[in-house]
Amino acid sequence: MTIPATTLALTTNPWTAAAMIAAIVLASTAGEVLTAAAMKSIGDLDVIRARSGLTGAIRAVLTCPLFFAGVFFLAAAFFSLLFALNHLNLSLVAPASASLTLVTNAVAGKIFLKENVDRRRWVSAGLVCVGVYLLAH
Amino acid sequence: MAHDKLLPRQYLILGLVSLCAPLGDSCLARGMSAMPAISLAHPGALVAAVFTPWIVAGIALLIGFFASYLTALSWADLTFVLPATALGNVIVALISRFWLHESISIERWAGIVLITLGVGFVAQGPALTERPAPIDEEQQLEEPVATEAQTR
Repeated sequence: MTIPATTLALTTNPWTAAAMIAAIVLASTAGEVLTAAAMKSIGDLDVIRARSGLTGAIRAVLTCPLFFAGVFFLAAAFFSLLFALNHLNLSLVAPASASLTLVTNAVAGKIFLKENVDRRRWVSAGLVCVGVYLLAH
Repeated sequence: MAHDKLLPRQYLILGLVSLCAPLGDSCLARGMSAMPAISLAHPGALVAAVFTPWIVAGIALLIGFFASYLTALSWADLTFVLPATALGNVIVALISRFWLHESISIERWAGIVLITLGVGFVAQGPALTERPAPIDEEQQLEEPVATEAQTR
């Protein structure tokens, strides 16, 4: 199969690469914040499972609309990841999207989930972010 | 309910979160890089890609990741769980070093140290944000009654 000229151009243009990574980061941040909010609204799954069994726990998750909103964005992130992996190297996509997502999630966690992102968590988000980049670059 | 100290079972869940994600991603990468380039004009090719063996394996691992990730999120903060995901990259790097005998550059060792430090740092703190009114089982039972009374 011959590779169309347009896709070759895609792989060399840094702006297109940045757009692919931005799509992954935005979609996965939205998805993770929504699923985290959903799981917090459901409550401790271990407690639910102890009370009403595994089916009860699964039902609790599947009857939460927020969860499906989260899954929608996570699916969007998944297909943007597949698309990006087809054009770019894993060694660029994985560290860039993972480390950026960590930071956007720390910000989103503080704003939307009202999580207590104290100095300890900021520092560790920063350390892990740089670490992921170094590790996979 | 205090979650200051995580149970061994909860550490096991966090371990699954950190291992399944990088292993699943590696499978996806292996499957997708072996495939001819897909253009935006033919998005159907992305759906067809889902049924190839490496992508299937990757998806199976990512489903395992997602189940343990959701469980972890039900008792811990998002900003606590996410660094645990990154720890998996360290584990994969160490496996490739000591099992597959791949060489690890200075930069990668630096990355391993930074991630381990970051995860250790966040793990020292509380797993869950203290809420002014923590929702425990008693309140969960009482709350619907209270809201019903308010709406009447």
